[in-house]
Parts: sequence; structure tokens; C-alpha cells
Amino acid sequence: MRDETVRLALPAAGEATERPISIAILAMGGQGGGVLTDWIVQLAENHGWVAQSTSVPGVAQRTGATIYYIEAMPPLDGRKPILSLMPTPGDVDVVMAAEFMEAGRSILRGLVTPDRTTLIASNHRSFAIGEKIAPGDGIADNGAVRGAIGVAAKSEIIFDMNALAIAHGSVISAAMFGALAATGVLPFDRDSYLAVIRAGEKGAKASVDTFQAAFDRVRIGAPDVAAAPRPEKNKQSPSPAPFDPRLAKLLERLKHELPQPARDLAHAGLKKVVDFQDIAYGAEYLDILSGLHAADRSAGGADRGFAFTRMAAKYLANAMTYDDVIRVADLKTRSARRARIEGELELAQGQVLQTTEFMHPRMEEVMGVLPAGFGRWLETRPRLMGWLDRRVNKGRRVRTYSLPWFLALYVVGGLRGLRRRSRRHAIETAHRDEWLKAATESVRTNYQLGVEILQCRRLVKGYSDTHSRGLSKFDRTLAAITLVAQREDAADWARRLREAALKDGPGKQLDGVIQTIRSFAS
Amino acid sequence: MAERSFAREVEDLRLGAGDIFRGEGILAITKALLQSGVAYVGGYQGSPISHLMDVLADAKDVLDDLGVVFQSSANEAAAAAMLSASVMYPLRGAVAWKSTVGTNVASDALANLASGGVTGGTMIIVGEDYGEGSSIMQERTHAFAMKSQMWLLDPRPDHDCIVNLIEKGFELSECSNTPVMLEVRVRACHMHGSFACKDNVRPAYTIKDALNNPKRDVGRIVLPPAAYEHEQEKIKTRMPAAIGFIRDNKLNEWMGPKRGKVGIIMQGGMYNNVIRALQYLGLSDAYGNTQIPLYVMNVTYPVIDTEVAEFCLDKDAVLIVEEGQPEYLEQAINTVLRRKDIQARVHGKDVLPMGGDYTAQVLLGGVREFLEKTEPRLLGNRPPAPDAVPVLNHPAVEKLKQVVPARPPGLCTGCPERPIFAAMKLVEEELGEHHVSADIGCHLFSILPPFNIGATTMGFGLGPASTSAFNVKADKRSIAVMGDGGFWHNGLTSGIGNAVFNKHDGVFVIVDNFYTSATGGQDILSSRAVNKRRKTNNSIVQAVKGIGAQWVRQIDRTYDVGRMRDTLKEALTTKDEGPKVIVASSECMLNKQRRVKPQTSKAIKDGLRIVKERFGVDEDVCTGDHACIRLSGCPSLSVKQLDDPLRDDPVAAIDNSCVGCGNCGEVAEAAVLCPSFYRADVIHNPTRWDRFKSNIAMTVIGWLQRRRERRRPALEALT
Repeated sequence: MRDETVRLALPAAGEATERPISIAILAMGGQGGGVLTDWIVQLAENHGWVAQSTSVPGVAQRTGATIYYIEAMPPLDGRKPILSLMPTPGDVDVVMAAEFMEAGRSILRGLVTPDRTTLIASNHRSFAIGEKIAPGDGIADNGAVRGAIGVAAKSEIIFDMNALAIAHGSVISAAMFGALAATGVLPFDRDSYLAVIRAGEKGAKASVDTFQAAFDRVRIGAPDVAAAPRPEKNKQSPSPAPFDPRLAKLLERLKHELPQPARDLAHAGLKKVVDFQDIAYGAEYLDILSGLHAADRSAGGADRGFAFTRMAAKYLANAMTYDDVIRVADLKTRSARRARIEGELELAQGQVLQTTEFMHPRMEEVMGVLPAGFGRWLETRPRLMGWLDRRVNKGRRVRTYSLPWFLALYVVGGLRGLRRRSRRHAIETAHRDEWLKAATESVRTNYQLGVEILQCRRLVKGYSDTHSRGLSKFDRTLAAITLVAQREDAADWARRLREAALKDGPGKQLDGVIQTIRSFAS
Repeated sequence: MAERSFAREVEDLRLGAGDIFRGEGILAITKALLQSGVAYVGGYQGSPISHLMDVLADAKDVLDDLGVVFQSSANEAAAAAMLSASVMYPLRGAVAWKSTVGTNVASDALANLASGGVTGGTMIIVGEDYGEGSSIMQERTHAFAMKSQMWLLDPRPDHDCIVNLIEKGFELSECSNTPVMLEVRVRACHMHGSFACKDNVRPAYTIKDALNNPKRDVGRIVLPPAAYEHEQEKIKTRMPAAIGFIRDNKLNEWMGPKRGKVGIIMQGGMYNNVIRALQYLGLSDAYGNTQIPLYVMNVTYPVIDTEVAEFCLDKDAVLIVEEGQPEYLEQAINTVLRRKDIQARVHGKDVLPMGGDYTAQVLLGGVREFLEKTEPRLLGNRPPAPDAVPVLNHPAVEKLKQVVPARPPGLCTGCPERPIFAAMKLVEEELGEHHVSADIGCHLFSILPPFNIGATTMGFGLGPASTSAFNVKADKRSIAVMGDGGFWHNGLTSGIGNAVFNKHDGVFVIVDNFYTSATGGQDILSSRAVNKRRKTNNSIVQAVKGIGAQWVRQIDRTYDVGRMRDTLKEALTTKDEGPKVIVASSECMLNKQRRVKPQTSKAIKDGLRIVKERFGVDEDVCTGDHACIRLSGCPSLSVKQLDDPLRDDPVAAIDNSCVGCGNCGEVAEAAVLCPSFYRADVIHNPTRWDRFKSNIAMTVIGWLQRRRERRRPALEALT
């Protein structure tokens, strides 16, 4: 820049060089972004201001996110201000985000800047499709948004506005309007906000309540509303079984045989295993776990917080409680299950509830329950199997709380006596032993690798095809681990393999990592 | 019945002199048409002008009072052809559509119309779907105006200016015997603003008058030798008449100081953002009081040579602000200046980007560079302009880029199209991938996750036609998808008729959801609603059979995923020759909910027995693989983290936006996924029989449950 340019004094063009107050609203379909926009426009117009709003409707409706944009300022000597149709990065006074990742998006778009912007955001999450389709945990990290808000916003109002709105029978737009009023960024008093809401006909009362609650939450720090209060579960076990002394013994063993860091997980694991089968199965769990802990100790686990034992406590329990028809039928017929559904539906007095299950059993599932020998015998007779499968393999709509169907499920759920002699149990046990063997062998030479192998159990999940796919990922991962087992960074590779396997359904990313390993390890 | 009702807004159309209209831009446009005395209106819905069509459809009474005829045109070509009513008769008419796609469809009729010329004022309102939020290819309507020689109005985004230009536009059309296009951008259409109303005007001459007194003039018809004369007429008579009118009525505006070394020439639509950019540079106040001379072209075609020359004469340089490419205006202005030997340098796309939105931020950069090159003194002491870059470069914000997930548009909760694509995914798993031609409409979202189906999209209703090359014997067949909207728009002939005639062996899926849903749920020929003003309930199946298709399957409940899958499989494998047409019908859920929800609430209030359905997931049965989500993508099917230390991955969960369509359960069953889905039926106001049955069953069930719970080890003691 030339010096003379810098020294030039340029007077303001007119009397008012200040800019209008600008407000950007980031919302998704169904969140009432349009209503909120109309309210703010009306509010400004009621005070004689000129207000302009724009949006691209339709996009948000279909689950996408959109931006509503408002500019408002008073006219000058009858002259209307010229207002912009889109927010300019770095020049937005208020950003309102009706969801937490949308708050993050507003920051990425440069709409939130420390010199100017008040950020009003709800910290509840509405997951994007990309977060939901991962076979593992694809949920985005809230912490990153929190961190960015800290550096980007001039001031911030963050709380769960969705929960607050639901608690007051309204939608989030009313809560955000309340939060906006409380910031005082617009020079209008609380009553003028309320007048705007009250002018609408439908749902005005709930909106007013929500507005007030949000206003108070910001101004006087009223406590947060707990997310969707659940009605108390009606405990339908008036005569709980007396405490079994055999259980007490298991608890004693757990305390004696396992180190402190692993006890919480082992406790949860023990509970899950006993719930799945019986107390004897719980004892078996502790037996195996103690064995694994011994291996952990001799591998120097004490210095590593017994990570191996901890992971074993967790994943062994999951491996032992595989998903079979007995378990599904048992879970579906429990009283706690019905109580949970009634709570979720907020079932009122005098309403009648029925549920229909969408089940599709195949011969494989039936085989799982049959005694191991009989199952093997059947497997060698494909024609008979095919004939049986055609009888069994079809979609069934199961009316859970009709007597015939309930009885059928109840009987299946009671078959746990057959379970430990079943074909499925034999297969699961063999698979489990092999996995534990691989982990135990590794932990001796490469402690972390042993831990990683245990964690691979996470890949096995689902039913039928999904289960086979999970199992195949697990097997491919373990096979690939053997290729690098001798390397120093074997544990790193094991972790990378597991994470890749959890990224997509068919396992394309896993194949990618395996190929990389093959390129240097074979 | 459209997605949104304008019953209240329609009342604003009755406002008269002395009233202030406050509302959306598109409604202001509608009001302006009535103030201009139009005799007929028509058009085809599509963003951003859908609301104009919806308002007109809801405004029957207002239109009837004024004697205005309104048509929902079959497509844009039909709408454009409708304007022929103004060729022989002094009737004012207007049509509207989404551009450039609609203008593409209409351009045959438009070219004929523009060649013969008009007697009554005709206006084509084009919703210029350009820039952020647009759903179409990024092109400009400007080229159509130039090639057919129709005048193109591009008003400042201001209700007063837009309304005034519509009224003046009709006069311009009449005095130059030329159709006029009014270009409004997406945000201007949906902009809230206000203007002072005038009274509505009844058309002086009506459609009825015209029908009763037919006229013809071979000289107006595009046939040699008249067609050659039309061209000469355009050059020698109509263009000069238009230029004279535009100049005399000052349709283009001069702003700011009379003189200056530099100036800015812009499309009217760019004005607001230019002012904001100038404000950032300290060169204007918020009320448009600018220190730089501006020439605002509310008419971007034709360019008024004398006005451009006058503006540029005393200037060293001018900046042309023209959104989109190619830079037609810049070229035209260069020609004017060269011809007149005016030395002002022309800047434009050299300092501004060739393509993309001209936001205030983009213009700030362009204007600053222009001034730095030509008159840096104006930039003075350079007040700080808004700048988000330092924040965006902060590591905490940089990190966000990896975190914030994309939120692509998808099918709505309960959408009847979802099970169709879930079935296609299941067929894909069995028979392998196929070439799938997609089409315009909600179903186009199938190309996005989680479905990832569809290879091309060639234009509304052209999905089937775009498979026509794949008409050979091979191991696989082509699949084409088209909606009911596209089917009636042109797909019946261009797609199905074409396939029948050419003996195409492919599979043609017609997604019928009873409305043109993507544009807001307007009725069409096959809509099943009763519409007093139109004839609905015309069968798609009969239409395709009528045109010669033999293999036709109707599925009247798309949620039957198993049947959908089997039908698709049959279509892909049958030995029958010729097109395999599957008509998959279920009502658009958005419209259905809008229709049914109030009825249901009322029925419950009135004490009637109503069964409300909702789906759920048993969280302890779900294993957190999310295969169900990968085959569905329903917005109400989400995930939640359980408070269980033994579980790593979130489980599937259905939130209370579920409408009980049943897709997730059907998919879980058809794909043999897992038994965690259930449908919960809640009977409101149950009958005594309902209660009796339930009481008996629950008594026995409760006894059985307690029996088993007593035998279970008391795990509560473990917690």
C-alpha cells in the first residue's frame, strides 16, 4: 500500500456507517427455523425497524441443514437500509445453531468471530447419516466443537435447548428465542418478545413457557432440565428371589482372584454371564478370567495397570454371551422390557399396548439350539436340511403379548438348559478358545498386542448374515495380525486393522489395511 | 394439496391502494401480477418459484373475482405455449418456472413466441436457481434471452423495485411486441420485505372475449417467409422500441455522485451485496449513500448503448459486476465502448471470480482489487473489513474440519421411496450391481449414502430415456428410475413410449407418491386426492399399458420390501421381451402426515378407537452393527450410547419422530438382519373387548414372568 493512501483521511459516507444487526440461524428440518426467523423479523418490525430475512427452503425439510439469515436496523429519515441476502464471514452479530455440530459448521463457515459474534447453540446432537452407518462408533467428537467455540465466539450460550423445549411441550425455536432475548443483543425488552409469540395462534402457551424457561436459564442460571425424564420402571418382581449363597461365593472369588483395576468390568461381566445362563456359567467365566490374569501377571501386567485382565473381563463376557434364539426370546419376554417400552411411549392410563416383532428365523438358528451331535448329524444331510429350512426360513410377525406367541417365546426363552450341550455352544466355545490362545501367546512377548487381540472381539456382532460378516472380519483381522506378530509395531497394526474393520459394512477399508500389510510382510 | 398452505397469505393478495404488503418476495411478485391486470397465469412448480404456483392454486377466489384464468401446466413447454394467447389478443399473461432447467424445456415454444412477437404483454418469471442452495447445473438464463431476443429484467432485491418492474415490464412487452423475462434469484424469492400496494386490476380484455372473437394473422406464424420478416422486425422495430421505453421510463438506475474517475456497472440483482461491499470499504453508508457512481441494470438485456456510453464517458475505468459465466454483459459493454471509442478501461471477471455466488465477501475482494488498480486513493485509510481467516486458521477450528459431519439431504422419515431403494440394495446383493439411471425428484437422493444407487441424471422425466442406449442383449439389464412427476412431465412418451417402440428389454421403475413431492407436493394427473378444480386419479398403469407396455406390475404398498425385492428380481430375470415396468405407489409421507395427523388427533379427542403405530429397537438385543441403518437411512432411525461398560458401540434407536411406516421392520425381516425391531401399537380409546383381551393376556403373562424371575439368580444383589 502506498504511504499517501494510508494517510488519507476518509470521512464516513453518511451519518450512519454502522451496519445492521445480523443474525444467522443454522437449523435442520422440523426445528422451526422458519418460525424463529419470522418471529425475529416481526419483533424488529414492531419496533419500526426494517427487517429482511432470506433462506433456501426445502433443503432443510429433507434432513439437510440450512441457514436462515436476518438483517435489521432502523430506517433513517424515511430511508430504508440496503440489506444483504447472505451472511458475510466475520460480520455476524448472532449465530443461532439448533444442534451442536451445526454450531461447529457455523464456525467453519467463518460466521462466528471473537470480535463480534454471540453464539447461541443447543448442545444436543442429531446424528448425521455418516455418523450412523459405521458398523462401529462413528459419532463425531463434541469436544472439538467445544474447543472451537472457546476460540471463535465473543460470548456463548450453550445448553440443551431441545430438552428444555420438550420438557415444556414445545419445539427448540421457542427456547432459542428465549435465549436470544436473554442476551440483550437486540435492544428490545422481554415483553416485546412475548408479544410476538402470543400473536401466533397455535401452541402459543407452550412456546411462551419454553421461552420463559430458556430466558431464566440464561439470565438467572436456572438449572438444566434433565433430558427426557423417564417414568419410574414399575418393578414387576414383587417377590425377588432370595440372594443365592453361590453368587456370594463368586463375588468373593472375584475380589480375591482379580486385581483392583479389573474388578468393575469383571463385576459387570459376571452379571452378564450369569444373566445369560446360570451361576455355574458365571463360575466358568471367573475360571477362565483367572487363568488369563495369571498370564497377565507373568507378562508384567502389574506395570501396565493389568490392561490385559481388564480387556479380558470385558470381551470374555461378551464372547460367552453370544446372541442365540434363546437369549432373544428371553429378553423379549421379560417384564422389564415391557416396562421400558411403556416408558418410552409414555403410555397413558386406559391405553392398550401390543408389540409385533419382525423375526426371520432360519434353519441355522434352530440348529444352534439342537444338541451338538444331532446338529452334526443333520449337517451331513443337506436335502433334509433344505426341506426343514423351507419350513422354517420365512419372515414372521410375532405378536409378543398375545398368549400363543408369548407362550412360544417363553418356551424358547426357557431352553437354556439345552444351551451348553448345543451345536452353537460347541462352535462358540471352540472359537473363543482359539482367540484367547492367540491373545495369551502374544501377551508374553508383546503385551500390547495381546491386549489388542482381545479387543478384536468387538468385531463379532449381529445375527445371521451380519454375524457371519462380523465373524469373517474378526478372522481376517486375526490372520493379518499373525503376519506382523513378530514386528515391534504389531500392536499398532492390530489397532489399525480393528479400527478399519469398524469403518464400513463390507470391510473395504479393512481389506485396504490387509493389503498394505501383505505388501511388506509376506 | 401442496405441502404448505397459503390460505392466510392469499388474503394479502386482496390488499389495495394505501395498504402495506409484508411478506415473501414470491408473494410480492404474485401481487404485482394482479396489479398489472393479467388475464391468465400458468407455470410449472420448482424451487424457487414453487410458492408462486402454490399461492395461485390456493387463491382461486381472488383470481375468480378478478376473472383471471390459472392453469397448472403439464410442464414448462406447456406453460410457454400457453403464452400464445397473447400473440393475437391484447391479453396480459404470465408464466413461471425454475430456470435454467425449465427454460431448457420451454425453449422451443419460447423461440416461436419470440419470433412471431406478442400483442398483449407477456411475462416469463424465471426463478434463477443459481448459487448456494441450488439443486441444478449452474447456468444462466441470460443466453436464452439473447438468442430468442426477449427482454431480461433483473431487478434489485427490493419488493418495491420488483413490483414496479413487473408493472413496467408488461408495458415494455406491449410497446415492443416482445415477451419479457423477469429473473429472480433464490434468496430474492424467499426474501421477507414490504411494499406499498396498489389496487388489483381486472383485465380489460378477457380470455372469454378472445374465445368469442377469434383472430388470426399468418404474419405472426413462424413459417417462411414470415419467419425472415420476424428477424428484421426484431432488429428494426422491436429492439429500438424497447430501448426507447427502457430509457424513457428510467428502468435502469444511476446511484451515487454524478461524476467520478471510476464507476461500477452491475446487474440489478447484485445491488445489495455491492452496497455491503462498499460499506466494508468505507465507501457507502447502510442506506446506499455511495461515494462511487453506480449504474444498476435492472434490465440486463438489451444493453442500452447510450446509457452505458454516458456512464463511462468521463471515467478512467468501470467495474462490471455480473454473476455467473460467460461474461455476456462485459462483452457487450466492451463492444459498446469500442464502437464509440470511449477509453474507460473495463474490469470484471479479471478481478472477480468467473463462476459462483457473488457474496458480499467475494465482492469486497473484487471491488478492493479494482480500486487498488484504478483509484487507490478512494480506499483511504482502509477501515478493517470483516475477516474470519484468523479464526479459521486457529488449530482448534482447523481440527473441526475433520469432525463436523456432512449433512446431505435425504429421504424424509417414513418416505415410501426408502423401501424401494432398500429392496434395490437387497437385489444388488443377490444379482450384483446394475446400471441405474436416476431421475430428478426426491428419489434422486438414492444416489447419496446410505443407498449409493444411480449413475446418471439427465433431466426431469428423462431417467428411462437415458437408458435407451443400453438396448442390447447382455447378462444384465439396465434399470431406470422415474417419479410420477417426471412421468407426467414427459416420461410417458420420452421414456416408456420410447422403450416400447424400440423394444427395450430394461427395467423401468416408476416411483409414484401421489404428488410432485420434491417441489412441495402439488397435485398431478395420478394424484389420488380429490381436487375440485382438476381431474386427478388417472392411473399410471393404464397409461403405460395404453402406450403399449405389456409387462407391468403395480405395487400399491412400497413398504412391502420383500415383494418389492421379488418383483425387481423377476423384472431383471424374466424371459419376457420389451420393457419391464414397475409402478411402485405409496403416498408421500410428508403430505400424508399433514393430511392424517389432524384427523387422528381429532378422532382420539372425540373418543374414537385409534391404533397409533411406532417402531422401536430392543437395546439389549441390538448389537450395534447398524446394518439396518445402512439399508434404510431413515432420519428417525438413529443411534444411542448405552450406559454399559461392556459395550463399545452405540445401538440403534428410534426417536419419537417415527411415523410407523414399517420400513425398518420390513427391511430387518427381508434382509434377515436381526430381531431387535418391534412395532408398538398403542390403542387409544380401546373398546371393552380390547381391554378384556389385554387384561387376560397380561395376567397370564405377568404370572409367567414372575415365575421365571423368581428362578433367576438375584442379580440385583450384584449391583
